[in-house]
Amino acid sequence: MTMKRMSVAEALRAGIAEEMERDARVFCMGEDIGVPGGWGGAFTVTLGLEKRFPDRILDTPIAENGFFGAAVGAAILGLRPIVDVQYGDFLFCAMDQIHSNASMLRYMSGGALAVPMVMRAPVGATGRGAQHARNVERFFTGVPGIKVVAPSNAYDAKGLLKAAVRDDNPVMIFEHKLLYGSKGARTESGAVDATSEIPEHDYTVPLGTAAVKREGTQVTICAWLLMLHFALQAAETLAAEGISAEVVDVRSLSPFDFDTLGASVRKTGRVVIVEEGPVSGGVGAELAAGLAERFWRDLKGPIVRVASPDVPVPFAPVLEHAYRPDPARIVEGVRKALR
Amino acid sequence: MTDATRYPREFVLGLYERMLLIREFEEQVKFLFLEGAMPGTIHQCQGQEATAVGVCSALTHDDYILSTHRPHGHALAKGLTPLELLIELFGGATGCCKGKGGSMHVGNLARGMLPAIAIVGGNIPVAAGMGLAIRMQKRAQVVACFFGDGATSEGAFHEGVNLAAIWNLPVLFVCENNHYGASTHYTKITRLKTMADRAAGYGIRGERANGNDVLAVHEAARRAATECRAGQGPVLLELMTYRLTGHSRRDPCQYQPKEERQAALRNEPIGAFARALLARPDVAEADLEAVRSRVERQIREAVEQARQAPKPTAQDVLTDVYA
Repeated sequence: MTMKRMSVAEALRAGIAEEMERDARVFCMGEDIGVPGGWGGAFTVTLGLEKRFPDRILDTPIAENGFFGAAVGAAILGLRPIVDVQYGDFLFCAMDQIHSNASMLRYMSGGALAVPMVMRAPVGATGRGAQHARNVERFFTGVPGIKVVAPSNAYDAKGLLKAAVRDDNPVMIFEHKLLYGSKGARTESGAVDATSEIPEHDYTVPLGTAAVKREGTQVTICAWLLMLHFALQAAETLAAEGISAEVVDVRSLSPFDFDTLGASVRKTGRVVIVEEGPVSGGVGAELAAGLAERFWRDLKGPIVRVASPDVPVPFAPVLEHAYRPDPARIVEGVRKALR
Repeated sequence: MTDATRYPREFVLGLYERMLLIREFEEQVKFLFLEGAMPGTIHQCQGQEATAVGVCSALTHDDYILSTHRPHGHALAKGLTPLELLIELFGGATGCCKGKGGSMHVGNLARGMLPAIAIVGGNIPVAAGMGLAIRMQKRAQVVACFFGDGATSEGAFHEGVNLAAIWNLPVLFVCENNHYGASTHYTKITRLKTMADRAAGYGIRGERANGNDVLAVHEAARRAATECRAGQGPVLLELMTYRLTGHSRRDPCQYQPKEERQAALRNEPIGAFARALLARPDVAEADLEAVRSRVERQIREAVEQARQAPKPTAQDVLTDVYA
């Protein structure tokens, strides 16, 4: 099988292009996504696609509520829009269209219509201060009618994107700025290698599935996006101390894959949930509640959350470092869980 | 008033009947609601029948409309049946949205009406997207998006109209100026003389028409639809009308000045159109009376049937979330 090493940005680009090739109903709409001489979106994902699909890469005004709403209307009439924001924080500008229309119109219509659209959003603190930094996953995981995924590597990014395009529901894909592997002027400092070997053949990664990334016996570390990479680093450190940690990429934030997560919890009996974002009201809170409700008999101790403090994202590097969980804090969390 | 003799008799009597159907529907719903037979809340459109009927009479069956929290008239004008609407309002399982929509979300895409969007202005970007899909699929339809004077203050209005404008989308933006956003008079929310003036800000054509003159509305909408089909859209229509009923349930309208209200009652669209029809030699009072009794019977029978319609079961709460 021929494989090719790709970054997350390249894998997403390849996935979008393949889906547009496969299905003429697929099109992209967003800010600065196909301007010749531009960047191909804020993180180069759509770079050059306007040359291949001149009528289906639509550059919009800076009007997130407007073009997310337009995506809803186009999806209802049979198209398959992929819309993106430059930073996840801007999803709040489009919130009415996402929450009141995309997520609800099928239910309000009694199942008469569907809203098959893909929404892409970069998240994560990256030295840009408070308003280009939030991990906004938490605001969408409790929304009935929307599915939410968050790939940690290029293979999953491409496979989940393709699955999202083929799904008949609104699907939100959260991508981490430090995992894109964006190049040139859009290179991120502090980036983490999330490249994968990508097969040439068509594949999807099913929505709604988690993946065990490292097997272990004493504790289950649940994480996604950048935190998954930090969790793997922490597991390495712990292994050197003789602690065997299993690391699960939650990957699907709504719905959770309780089969995969539960199997791990049954095996280890201890859980650490890692989340970039304030600890209160986060995705981790819902995950902890869901695991406790289902698997409390298997738990040998309280579920531990390693997350950011309840503050906005700060700017100064020393403060941002204090904000975001790192491998050392995850190791500390695991020790707490094992006590 | 537009001269009603310039159109075929069947056409103008059809417009009259459709307006009466809306009025009778709304009066019956008001009664059922006050009686306690109908759950929820209601936003009614007595006095605004000519905007819905005039616009929809200029559309084809395949065209689409989007509506608001005040959608009953639009639905009936587009061709939804009184029965599917009444069952929905009663919370019945066989209503147009299976009892999951209710008064503020009635619609039936098969008849060209999206479930009504009850967030003020929230339907406007969606209308642009429907226009975009029509254009990308090279279809001949148009989209008519109804909203009130109050919606023109929303950011969604700006973003949605602008998108449709820069992409020449086949969308009629229909501002029903009924003078009040809830209780706030439209002159208090803009320095412009008319809402149609806002069109200039998007480089599109705007037109104000008498929204109580069903034929004037029909003609304005027909012109706009023709332009949209020719790729010269979108168009912003402002239709001047008046809400003769409360904003929602049990609103006594104490904010409406007496003189303004009395003038509105004199100019209400159904009476005005009846007078215009009677100016024709081929329409007599007996003809209008026949229409009235037909409409009353139709609504009465639909109410009786709707009362008997089965209700959803508790298990139905879990279905229709995902496709």
